[in-house]
Amino acid sequence: MSALPRAAELGLIGCHVCGLVCRDTGREDAACPRCGAALHRRKRASVTRTWALLVAAFILYIPANVLPIMRTVSLGDVDDNTILSGVVELWVKGSPDLAVIVFTASIVVPMMKFLVIGMLLVCAQRGSRWAQAQRAKLYRMVEFIGYWSMLDVFVVALLTALVQFGFFSQVEPLPGVVYFGLTVVLTMLASMSFDPRMIWDAGTD
Amino acid sequence: MTAIDTSLQICEDCDTVYRRRALARGEVARCVRCGAELERHHRLGVDALLALVLTAMIVFVQANIWPIVTLGLNGQQVSSRLWGVIATMWRDRAPVVAVLAAATLFFFPVLRMLLLGLVLVHARRGRRGPGFREAMVALHYLRPWTMSEVFVMGALVAIVKAHMYFEVTANAGIYAYGALMLLVTVFSGVDLRRLWDLTAEPAR
Ligand SMILES: [Zn+2]
Ligand SMILES: [Zn+2]
Repeated sequence: MSALPRAAELGLIGCHVCGLVCRDTGREDAACPRCGAALHRRKRASVTRTWALLVAAFILYIPANVLPIMRTVSLGDVDDNTILSGVVELWVKGSPDLAVIVFTASIVVPMMKFLVIGMLLVCAQRGSRWAQAQRAKLYRMVEFIGYWSMLDVFVVALLTALVQFGFFSQVEPLPGVVYFGLTVVLTMLASMSFDPRMIWDAGTD
Repeated sequence: MTAIDTSLQICEDCDTVYRRRALARGEVARCVRCGAELERHHRLGVDALLALVLTAMIVFVQANIWPIVTLGLNGQQVSSRLWGVIATMWRDRAPVVAVLAAATLFFFPVLRMLLLGLVLVHARRGRRGPGFREAMVALHYLRPWTMSEVFVMGALVAIVKAHMYFEVTANAGIYAYGALMLLVTVFSGVDLRRLWDLTAEPAR
């Protein structure tokens, strides 16, 4: 037995919900005796599910970026903004620090999630032993920061509610924001359905 | 039946099995294989956690009663509360956004605070109250879906953007949300799983 035994080698299963260490009875329908959650050695159909969610998220991410997310009407001037043009405007009009934050939340984080989760899936399917510790770290980072992408959705919602000065000044949400909100939800579900244990299932060098 | 050994723990990220050990003050046990956090020493006892939940509830009520931001233009004032934002999105052809906001900014946070409060009230006496199991499972699944801190950042960006497009004056009432954000951050650092160890199964 290695110095760092894994649950399967000892015939154990850790409950995904409450963390209890249970004996693996080999039955597929076993439930955690403490919290009642179903026990599985790995998240069910993790690779397939994660791919499906990731691809769906990516498909929605295209209209989220191409379509405008918000319309501002200011003294008869109508201006439609996409995610990227909103960032550029923030930068140009004097808030480069906020522009960086919005750019990170709306563009960098989703792109990173697509790349990282895609890479994790490919490596898991190949049984790769490449950079396991770094991959584990990347996965945790993606899990931790993923939900910050919702930032722009809340900005549009707040502006719509706040800027209602009749005919002269108004903000309206446009379809892009809906696609973007759904993209964020789907990428969150994708990272949740990925099972990081698979990173180590190829064994270690 | 599946026999249980609570002296063991399994790393959630890589399935490595460890024997649990007592942690010193402020110590964090990490997985040797993958670096994930296994367990940390808890400074906050059940009473302190309960106090934290009650504070968060009060702040949450205030955050929902006070306007988040007020904008002024030519003597007109428009202010909005969280539910105003949600209702506007619902009416303005973006019901999906309204549902997302209502869930992640209102219903899930409320549910989390109530369930945690319920669990902690009984845990103070080392007991598992009615619905303990269900509450703990729900808390586990709710955890990633509360986004109050993102909303606070969103309010800051919205104020700056409103300034850019319109000749508006803004006065922020987001302090309650700022406070809530801090509380939420403290919460997220708390590993609720230890409540299973701190409480005993109710006698049948
Ligand atoms: Zn369990
Ligand atoms: Zn580990």
